[in-house]
Amino acid sequence: MPAIRALNPFASSPTASPDTAILSEKEPIRIETRETTPNKQGIRIPRPKFSLPFSNSNPKTAKTTEPQQQQVKLEPPQIPNFRPPSPQIPTLSLPTINLTTATGEKSKMEKTEPLTLFSPPTPAEARRIAKQHAAFGPLGSKQHLYSSRFVGDEFPEPIEDEPPYYYLITTYISYLILIIFGHVRDFFGKRFKPDHYKQLREQDGYAPLNSDFDNFYIRRLQLRINDVFRRPVTGVPGRFITLLDRQSDDFNLSFKLTGTTTQTLNMSSYNYLGFAQSEGECAEAAEASVKKYGISFCSPRADSGTSELHREVESQVAEFVGKEAASIYSMGFVTNATIFPALVGKGCLLISDQLNHSSIRFGARLSGAVIDMFKHNDMLALEKLLRERISQGQPRTHRPWRKILVAVEGLYSMEGTMCNLPGLIALKKKYKFGLYVDEAHSIGALGPRGRGVCDYFGINPSEIDILMGTFTKSFGANGGYIASSKALIDKIRINNAGTIFGECPTPAVLSQISSSLRIIAGELSPGQGEERLQRLAFNSRYLRLGLKRLGFIVYGHDDSPIIPLLLYHPAKIPAFSHEMLKRKIAVVVVGYPATPLISSRARFCVSAAHTKDDLDRLLAACDQAGDVLQLKFSSGIAGGQEPLHDGLTNEKEVEIRSCLEAGGKPAVVPPRWRLDDVIRRGVQDVKQPLT
Amino acid sequence: MNSSNIGTELPPTAVAFIESAAASFQKIPGSAIVIRYIRSSYQNDPIRSLVELFLFIFAVRYLLAPAYSTKKTKNVHLTEDEIDELVEDWTPEPLAGEQSEWEKLENDRIPVIIGPAAPKTKLQNGRTVTNLASYNHYNFASNPELTAKAVNTVRTYGVGPCSPPGFYGTQDVHMKSEADIAAHLGMPACIIYAQSFSTISSVIPAFSKRGDIIVADKAVNYPIRKGLQISRSTVRWYDHNDMEDLERVLAKVVKEGQGKPLTRRFIVTEGLFENTGDVVNLPKLVELKFKYKFRLILDETWSYGTMGRTGKGVTEHQHVDPNNVDMIIGGLAGCMSSGGGFCASTEEIVEHQRLSAAAYTFSAALPALLATTASETVTILQEEPSIIQNLRENIRAMRAQLDPRSDWVICTSSPENPVMLLVLKEQVVKDRGFSRQEQEFLLQDCVDECLANGVLITRLKSMPPALGSSPRDQEKEWLPRPALKVCVTTGLSKKETEKAGIVIRHAITAVMKGKKWQR
Ligand SMILES: Cc1ncc(COP(=O)(O)O)c(C=O)c1O
Repeated sequence: MPAIRALNPFASSPTASPDTAILSEKEPIRIETRETTPNKQGIRIPRPKFSLPFSNSNPKTAKTTEPQQQQVKLEPPQIPNFRPPSPQIPTLSLPTINLTTATGEKSKMEKTEPLTLFSPPTPAEARRIAKQHAAFGPLGSKQHLYSSRFVGDEFPEPIEDEPPYYYLITTYISYLILIIFGHVRDFFGKRFKPDHYKQLREQDGYAPLNSDFDNFYIRRLQLRINDVFRRPVTGVPGRFITLLDRQSDDFNLSFKLTGTTTQTLNMSSYNYLGFAQSEGECAEAAEASVKKYGISFCSPRADSGTSELHREVESQVAEFVGKEAASIYSMGFVTNATIFPALVGKGCLLISDQLNHSSIRFGARLSGAVIDMFKHNDMLALEKLLRERISQGQPRTHRPWRKILVAVEGLYSMEGTMCNLPGLIALKKKYKFGLYVDEAHSIGALGPRGRGVCDYFGINPSEIDILMGTFTKSFGANGGYIASSKALIDKIRINNAGTIFGECPTPAVLSQISSSLRIIAGELSPGQGEERLQRLAFNSRYLRLGLKRLGFIVYGHDDSPIIPLLLYHPAKIPAFSHEMLKRKIAVVVVGYPATPLISSRARFCVSAAHTKDDLDRLLAACDQAGDVLQLKFSSGIAGGQEPLHDGLTNEKEVEIRSCLEAGGKPAVVPPRWRLDDVIRRGVQDVKQPLT
Repeated sequence: MNSSNIGTELPPTAVAFIESAAASFQKIPGSAIVIRYIRSSYQNDPIRSLVELFLFIFAVRYLLAPAYSTKKTKNVHLTEDEIDELVEDWTPEPLAGEQSEWEKLENDRIPVIIGPAAPKTKLQNGRTVTNLASYNHYNFASNPELTAKAVNTVRTYGVGPCSPPGFYGTQDVHMKSEADIAAHLGMPACIIYAQSFSTISSVIPAFSKRGDIIVADKAVNYPIRKGLQISRSTVRWYDHNDMEDLERVLAKVVKEGQGKPLTRRFIVTEGLFENTGDVVNLPKLVELKFKYKFRLILDETWSYGTMGRTGKGVTEHQHVDPNNVDMIIGGLAGCMSSGGGFCASTEEIVEHQRLSAAAYTFSAALPALLATTASETVTILQEEPSIIQNLRENIRAMRAQLDPRSDWVICTSSPENPVMLLVLKEQVVKDRGFSRQEQEFLLQDCVDECLANGVLITRLKSMPPALGSSPRDQEKEWLPRPALKVCVTTGLSKKETEKAGIVIRHAITAVMKGKKWQR
């Protein structure tokens, strides 16, 4: 009876607390009982102990099928106003350290001696630890680790949930109102304040730099919410990020820094493996490198900008991704922008996923090849296109194509979806096209060994012609690489504008790349890389499951560290960002034109630097914001249900899928879990298929 | 009334037809209202009603028509089996073709350096050579003060900002460098990109769109060309640095544009030309720009930091108010020993780029340590302009050894340009009948000869022709003359520079007199 269980995850538990009824979605009381003000003093309020099930057992026994009963008994008072711990790391107070280590479930798991935790560190020491932990949080428990890889042959697209029609319609109406208002304001503005519109009009013989039409969106829609974009920061963009507070006196036209800062939980940086650090092996290597090699080589690779460091990093990258050779560049964007003209040209066909990154489009346009697009991740559409294009040949002349290159991304940064690599490889075998995978976000972030999509799908990298990636994300550096056969790399060293004219990567960046690669591979401080990978995998799944269970619509595949949370309404874009900032969490919100008009979203980038507590804090904040902003509108088809007993086959999902494919409406109950239950069940459920 | 009106002009049969049509129309219920509406709304103007009706029918047809498809129906119809067969038959070319001899040679000759790119650089083969191939003109790259500051930055910010500037990637150090550069140039605002090479390729398309007009110098560098291509604007070329030709083109554009809606018009050129080394005539350019009402985009990637008393670039060198130039693009990766590029302009133009310049919006921000280094080097240039004088002295010393002393090459670079481009004299090329490719080989031999004598220089590299382009397309392309590239640095004393100059001159002579290149 999955339906009933979904309504109330603990219904089957005889000892469920009496207030189970309020788990249902329409519970109004919860909104009022939530305490929304974060505590600002930087003192951590003792967190309610809602110790998790199996805190005292090892992961193997955690698979038992009747988990809750005992725990629920032990934890009768469900504290309604759960307070998120403050983002400020208390540096001087003893209790904090006490609490951090005493929360939750790790008590017996840890081999660390609990006694030392109670001796207060010296202030200097405490500051040092706080700084370190602000960049990279300590692992709470060995249970907060996971390793994900895909097994099977069909890689399904994630089910995309939709909100009730009411929300879609009101979203359109909101835009309509905004647009009407914008035009009305423009109408009067242009008459009464012509000065403000000067730059949109022709001026003594110069055409305006911005067209009125293009500028309308920025002027009338984006300007209103400008304060949620481009927030300036300082320091390490690690687990926490320090925002420079700013103010606007002219309705977001300009901002003034107030001189104060706010430390927030960083859910925004692409710091998947947590290598954005100013301490530790990487920073040490970067420092040594600056001292030894200086700041820059001041030259493109083709002139005198090739050093032993470049060669070393190139061979490391090649080995890491499993290709014969690699070539590196000082910017990821330019890697894409310059590689396509070096590979394809006139008489070639370039097929690109509809949602590919702007840099791929940039390069594609420069190449002079014919460009086609196919619907995001739709293998049927791709096959149809290939059949048509190959059989018809080049336009007009009908000559056969010289080359066909299909370009996709490993992990899509706005959707959180992964490319369907098994599907692409199958098509590649049949249609003989070249396959180009941009692993900007997936390298380091996916796969049990962090080697990207190939690793995740267990596919030999030799099946893919060209693997591209960037160092800006998982490695905490800058730049990009191309990895491929030796012949191809030798060729593009000579005919690629990025090597001929582009400045070469600098020593500090190279050392950062090199040392992070070695950590991931286990050559440097063994065990650390593995822990980072597993923490990331755990955190990604944990947060996603939690959000689904709370009732949010999230996009993307379950193992993706990018989690977009759908907001829909334009007004909710700034509102959500502000709600999060109030709770000292930095999130990225995006709307049109970066997304389709209707699906504005917030995007969380999970990092290995986050602890489970951080994610719980985020879940609590989302729970509260979700109630205030009415964001919990998932129907349940995309998951968030209680896991199945056997934890192996995912029948429910198969059922839902087949029902959806048949055009029906699956009988699911919208998940609206209570926060406490989400947190309590998360750690163990996360390791099962996420229904 | 209607019909009688028309009756005066139309033949009787038509009148009869219209009358019968009107009669039957009046039988339709509600027709009276329609007629009254049409009459009153169009003041009894039947022609106008007719036109409107046609428009209406056209609109309906247009709406009902199937979605416009670019593929049209030109496709040959094929059965599934035939398609399968064609798919099986099709054999693509390999993604990367065989390497040519020349490409192999180029690959082999890329020098690999060990340790820093100092004025005396150690190479992989163990030799220490004089490095005149890197843009380390002021030897900032391993300046101990700068490196100490860079280390401090790493220890506070880490290495990469892990985000694009729009999403929490704008750090205070970036804002500071932007302000520092803007102040140095004396312009209101500045935006920093993460790479110098690609900056201008993104700046141009952020402003110039399809239908806009760009007038560009024929010799502009590769990234400008790519920016022009991305922008899809109409591009007109003028002869390299020829202000008369420029005026001719501008006048023509203005004349052609008369009576048409005004589009954006730009002049795009370089301060110091990457491909020829000479300098633009900025006062004249600014005059023409104002005269014909064009906006000026000036790429100062090679002149920022080297030209002018304090390194502000061509504006300072030629005493032009930088605010007369609409956008100044500069690089920080060369003599500034940092990384990234910038565009300085008005507040409004800079803000526009933050939203619509692809390489800014869709790419991670510059590493903090490079931003702080840029701030530092900008300050040094302002506080110690004497280093620029030292550089000029070294340039003079080097030049004295090569041009006009050498019988074989001349230097096309402007006297202040620390990047000296040496091309073969036209007479020499003519006498011996060298082709482009032969010149490239010959100059590579010169580079090798220099290296054998302990001086590292390089050639001016240019992009190979685009893949798949026909020889006819290639002929139209402007190509730089094959050249040697000698980068002067203050890291060497005047004596050392002179010595290196002599080595280069002798190396060129040795190659030219050698058997291989006799004709
Ligand atoms: C798919 C993809 N490719 C390339 C890039 C560009 O990388 P970089 O930020 O290093 O320029 C990005 C960055 O956002 C990306 O998402």
